[in-house]
Amino acid sequence: MLRIPCPHCGARDEAEFSYRGDATVTRPGADGDIAAFHDYLYTRTNPRGWQVEWWQHAAGCRAFLKVLRHTVTHEIRAVVTATGTLEVPPA
Amino acid sequence: MSQPHRLPTGGHIDRATRLAFTFDGRRYEGHPGDTLASALLANGVRLVGRSFKYHRPRGIFSAGVEEPNALVELREGARREPNTRATVIELFDGLVAQSQNRRGSLAFDWMAAAGLLAPWLGAGFYYKTFMWPAAWWERVYEPMIRRAAGLGRASGLPDPDRYEAAHAHCDVLVVGAGAAGLAAARAAGAAGARVILAEQDALPGGDLLNEPALEGWRRAALAALDAMPEVTVMPRTTVFGFYDHGVLGAVERVSDHLPEPPPHLPRQRAWTIRAREVVLATGAHERLIAFPGNDRPGVMLAGAARGYARRHGVRAGEAAVLFATHDGAYEAAHAMAEAGARIVAIVDPRQDSAAMQRAREAGFDVRAGSEVCGTVGHAALRGVSVRRVGAAGRGDAFAADLLMVSGGWNPAVHLASMSGAPLVWDEALLAFIPGAPVQRERSAGACRGVHGIAAAAADGAAAGRAAAEAAGFAASPSFALPEAPAADCRPFALWEVKGRGKAFVDLQDDVTAADMRLAHREGFSHIEHAKRYTTHAMGTDQGKSGGIVGAAVLAEARGEPVARVGLPRFRPYTAPIAWGAMAGEGVGRHFQPTRRTALHAVHDALGAVWLDAGIWKRPAYYPRKEDADAWASVLREARAVRERVGICDVSTLGKILVEGPDAATFLDRIYANTFSTLPVGRARYGLMLREDGIVFDDGTTSRIGPESWFVTTTTAQAGPVMQHLEFHLASAWPELDVSLASVTDQWAAIAIAGPRAREVVAGFVQGIDLSNEAFPFMAVADCTAAGVPARLFRISFSGELAYEIAMPAGYATHVWQAAMAAGAAHGIEPYGMEALGLLRIEKGHVAGPELNGQTTAQDLGLGRMLKKKGDFIGRVLAQRPGLTDPSRPRLVGLRSVDPSRQIRAGSHLLLPDGKGRSEGWITSATRSVVEPGWIGLGLLREGEARMGSEVIAANPLMGEEVRMRVVSPHMHDPENIRVRA
Amino acid sequence: MAGYSGFRILLEGLRGNSGWREAWRKPDPKPSYDVIIVGGGGHGLATAFYLAEVHGIRNVAVLERGLIGQGNTGRNTTIVRSNYLLPENNNFYEHSLKLWERLEQSLGYNVMMSQRGVLNLFHNDAQRNAAMRRGNSMRLNGIDAEILDREGVKAMCPLVDLDNGRYPVMGGLLQRRGGTARHDAVAWGFAHAADARGVDIIEHCEVTGMILEGGAIQGVRTTRGEIRAPKVGLAVAGHTSTLTAMAGFRVPIETHLLQAFVSEGLKPLIDCVVTFGAGHFYISQSDKGGLVFGGGLDGYPSYGQRGTLPEAEHVYAAGVSMIPALGRLRGLRSWAGVMDMTPDGSPYICRTPVRGLYMTAGWCYGGFKATPASGWCHAWTIAKDEPHSLNAAFTLDRFREGRMLDERGNGPHFWAQ
Repeated sequence: MLRIPCPHCGARDEAEFSYRGDATVTRPGADGDIAAFHDYLYTRTNPRGWQVEWWQHAAGCRAFLKVLRHTVTHEIRAVVTATGTLEVPPA
Repeated sequence: MSQPHRLPTGGHIDRATRLAFTFDGRRYEGHPGDTLASALLANGVRLVGRSFKYHRPRGIFSAGVEEPNALVELREGARREPNTRATVIELFDGLVAQSQNRRGSLAFDWMAAAGLLAPWLGAGFYYKTFMWPAAWWERVYEPMIRRAAGLGRASGLPDPDRYEAAHAHCDVLVVGAGAAGLAAARAAGAAGARVILAEQDALPGGDLLNEPALEGWRRAALAALDAMPEVTVMPRTTVFGFYDHGVLGAVERVSDHLPEPPPHLPRQRAWTIRAREVVLATGAHERLIAFPGNDRPGVMLAGAARGYARRHGVRAGEAAVLFATHDGAYEAAHAMAEAGARIVAIVDPRQDSAAMQRAREAGFDVRAGSEVCGTVGHAALRGVSVRRVGAAGRGDAFAADLLMVSGGWNPAVHLASMSGAPLVWDEALLAFIPGAPVQRERSAGACRGVHGIAAAAADGAAAGRAAAEAAGFAASPSFALPEAPAADCRPFALWEVKGRGKAFVDLQDDVTAADMRLAHREGFSHIEHAKRYTTHAMGTDQGKSGGIVGAAVLAEARGEPVARVGLPRFRPYTAPIAWGAMAGEGVGRHFQPTRRTALHAVHDALGAVWLDAGIWKRPAYYPRKEDADAWASVLREARAVRERVGICDVSTLGKILVEGPDAATFLDRIYANTFSTLPVGRARYGLMLREDGIVFDDGTTSRIGPESWFVTTTTAQAGPVMQHLEFHLASAWPELDVSLASVTDQWAAIAIAGPRAREVVAGFVQGIDLSNEAFPFMAVADCTAAGVPARLFRISFSGELAYEIAMPAGYATHVWQAAMAAGAAHGIEPYGMEALGLLRIEKGHVAGPELNGQTTAQDLGLGRMLKKKGDFIGRVLAQRPGLTDPSRPRLVGLRSVDPSRQIRAGSHLLLPDGKGRSEGWITSATRSVVEPGWIGLGLLREGEARMGSEVIAANPLMGEEVRMRVVSPHMHDPENIRVRA
Repeated sequence: MAGYSGFRILLEGLRGNSGWREAWRKPDPKPSYDVIIVGGGGHGLATAFYLAEVHGIRNVAVLERGLIGQGNTGRNTTIVRSNYLLPENNNFYEHSLKLWERLEQSLGYNVMMSQRGVLNLFHNDAQRNAAMRRGNSMRLNGIDAEILDREGVKAMCPLVDLDNGRYPVMGGLLQRRGGTARHDAVAWGFAHAADARGVDIIEHCEVTGMILEGGAIQGVRTTRGEIRAPKVGLAVAGHTSTLTAMAGFRVPIETHLLQAFVSEGLKPLIDCVVTFGAGHFYISQSDKGGLVFGGGLDGYPSYGQRGTLPEAEHVYAAGVSMIPALGRLRGLRSWAGVMDMTPDGSPYICRTPVRGLYMTAGWCYGGFKATPASGWCHAWTIAKDEPHSLNAAFTLDRFREGRMLDERGNGPHFWAQ
């Protein structure tokens, strides 16, 4: 079971959170075309390793958080708020 | 009622108290401190079960969770538990157990005939046959196999007991309360750490319970732990799994040692334990040796025989042979001799050792360089054959009723392995031990190959101290450790004795050494393949005793060392766990919470029939005595709305307050239509798309202030819409100054609909000029309703003149009653979800069945709502060719040609000459009150072009075909005159 | 090699079972093949079998990183069915079911396909209407389906609690031809039959790179050296993204965890496959007697093949809610597989942006039942360099075109299928 350190609330069980996808993709702006939106919505790197992903502390502060998590070991190395940035460590 | 094999003294047995129990209908007695297995042995019961495939007679093989043979059906009726290990059941007065997996009696199981067919029933035989004729598999072969397979019988009745889920946090979790675990807990506790010590046995102590000389130390350790307020000792608690991030699962058997749980206690409790550091002190399971006939009742692990003698005061046999490959097992012979048994022989493949010399000094017949090559007996062991290692022939015969076996010890590495630690081969111990930890855990004692009580205790103390330090506590004071002589547990590598007869590597599933070789011959040479092909180590004991032996047989066949063959991967659970415990309390009625509106009691008082809308309870309709059936109620309620006035609880709709300087911009991007142009005091119907261009949700949203908006959602999507808004605000447009608050629970809402709605509202709402000019369709204003603050919306879902009034949830009943009073003169009637659905279908409003996650705005006839300019969610991808394809099914209205013919949602629409090809389907269906007959909404290819034509509503599942006419979905008041009245 | 039969079992039994040989050879890889299939699970082995059997392409290698059948083929709940809503799906899965119905005879291997019936319970009007739409879609496409009322549910699965749960059962959609098969035997049977037709099945051979020239595939680099082929098919569910990254493109897939569970062995208790409509839960009983059951995704991407405790608790709770008699039984083991989740819940069997590279992928958590048809269609697509009509819709491009195959209307949330 994941224990996610929420910057607002402290470490909490995964049951309080919901995963909301790869946080490295950015929604295209008003000038985005089908190809840009297709990549944003559908195309995924789906790394076997470190991934920055969105989690919402749905049963807590409801903040959307960026979480640096390893998709094999499930280790969580860093959590920041939505406007923060996280660097993916080299593989 | 005597217990002929019970020793007069010794052990952890309360001989003063007698407990009566029955096994296969016969009455026996035992004592507190007994397990069912020890009590059966005390009474001389040797035959307790039948094996899985060949139905061979089996006895008690072990004294713990590793038991493969002595599985029974415990208790009766709804509490019957199949496959319960007699070796871990604590005896209680009135216990009832039955043997299982037999046809006929335990002694005469006619399924044992399978043993005669054994040459043809080897590993995987079923993959190679039963293929012809094809139809016979389900009809003949499989039923035969299924009847023969399986172990015990489930009761098939609802479990009457209760379970709890519980949660714990600790600095140090110690798993296992043997010498290592007790010392670890004491060391960590003394350092000040919050410690949980979990032990699956009822009595903490592990192997200490077999050592009377060390009882003082055990008691002192427990007393010391008891004196530490931050230490919790949890007996009868099995830690079943080691999960990510230091989380472990455990099941505490709260009441299984009682005839039934007392009313205030659950049967079991499932613990989720979050530990900063973990010490695994899970001990080791003794290893069997594969020799012909190694499964007869009376063949027993040496440590188990020792334990029955020393802990339970039971002599498991009168004439015993010990077959061991290491010194650690010899104590069993001494214990049995002390218990009064005759030690017939000690058989050891080694030439000499300290223990062998000591055994000779004790007068035992030690057969060095020898091995057991066969056994005789049927329901009980009668004799053992012994020969020189590797010699041919049948060897010398010894009469014996107990054969104690030890091929070494298998460290219980299950939890370490589940935590991610690799396993490494220890060539001296011929066993896998945990490698470098991945999580914050460390192993101590026998589970990492440190044998002997003194060494294990010292190892445990060091681990406990290190764990506490790692959790941030200072070094703890030292304490006395037990002193005991240690025997050398490094075994001689004898895995199998080859000879005539079946040599089992998995006793429960009847997997033999020959099966492992057959698997190799057929190419299933990897341990994972061999396991699956033979079912080796897949029984309820998961190969705790024989798993590695099968691997060794495979290794020999492959010509490789055991270390290279390895073990199958360990997965949860360390031991089988009760389904009910894992399920906890959230079952049955409590599977999901029940959500009730503020008006629930009002509906109840009106006699509402309830329906489930997600987790909400909503009134379906309000039956009256004069209503012939449910339809009569629904039609009556709908007619009241069309002809007079109705009142309906719409509190379940999602409500979100959106505020801030950028709220209008935000809503313009969230909705497919424009909101920023909406004046304060007005509402607008809004359509939200998903980013993929599919319709997400709809609802009316009002501007209640320059920077303040009241968004409503459908009941089903209230949660998802809130998350959708929050996500986009956080991820896509963090620059927007907007705040969001879900106020669904804070506001109750009541719809008042029908031609007389204005008069009714005027009767209890103050502060608003309700005239059509002052408060037109889509107007919104704050008001006072029956003296309480409220907000009035002139919106309509029914197609009639209608209002929705929202008020703080606590006032809902008060306002509802005021509305009912005001409406009495106008013939107001409450209407439920069914009438609501009928009315909206007549009006052609889409709802859940149309907003099904597969439809576009165009599909629903709402394409014109989409803004032509500006960014909004779904704008771009909605333009993809597949979503703008004119051949997509479009929303239509449908009317049955013969008004008496019922139509159903889920019927497909066919063209009269269409050869059965589906052109669409009915999404919603109802009887109509505007015109008699059945109507529906549907999605139909080329729907607009087919207006006025006939289609067939086909429902092959129900055997129905109904002729329908395609009409406009807006079947009632298409010009919207009534809503604007 | 002689085939398997009752007669041969009799004969071998009489001579100590000494005459059995490897179910498939263990060859070393050749320098080149006509076709390389990456992935020795059911789908890859089935592809190789049908390449040889249907298209006469026998110079084929199946490259497996570890052991055959140890990925999702060996980690599922063994359910076979074709009860789909969308015509593209129900035609494909019905083709699969028809292949299943003759699979023992096609392979000469008993995969224990057992048509015990698959029953989906529904609990309210909306679910009933959706079941009705789906069942009627099946019937109109010539697939068996029945709607059961409460009495029918009781007769089919007497242990289901019709009344006492949070959501009383209203009825069920039944496909009698659905059922279960022995998952391991499917891999072994396809391997055995493909091997007999000349296919090289090469275990412990991990693909580490793709050999690309001018936008076309020329072969693969492996831990056992370079192996060349003008056509390469990927059948590596769970790891598709890793392999396509080697070929230089990304796909609409996220890899997620799905747990499964088995109980201790029991005498026959549950005769059909039954699924709960009020929560994620499905259960059936294996021929060995274990109850095999599972639920929904763990909810976040993972390649870890190990599940999480809260989701397991939910599965057990749903089980007791549907069948209260389960409470007294015991869970024996749990495991997890890693799934290629796609944005619409439907798979890909198609060509890729790299010429000569094909894939069967994106099976979400429903790949087992598709095994024969996935192999059949993948083989067709490889052999002909164009899809069969059965898999023409299962393209990577469908999201660009807006032609999603979203059975449940869940939308593009990979984790929410």
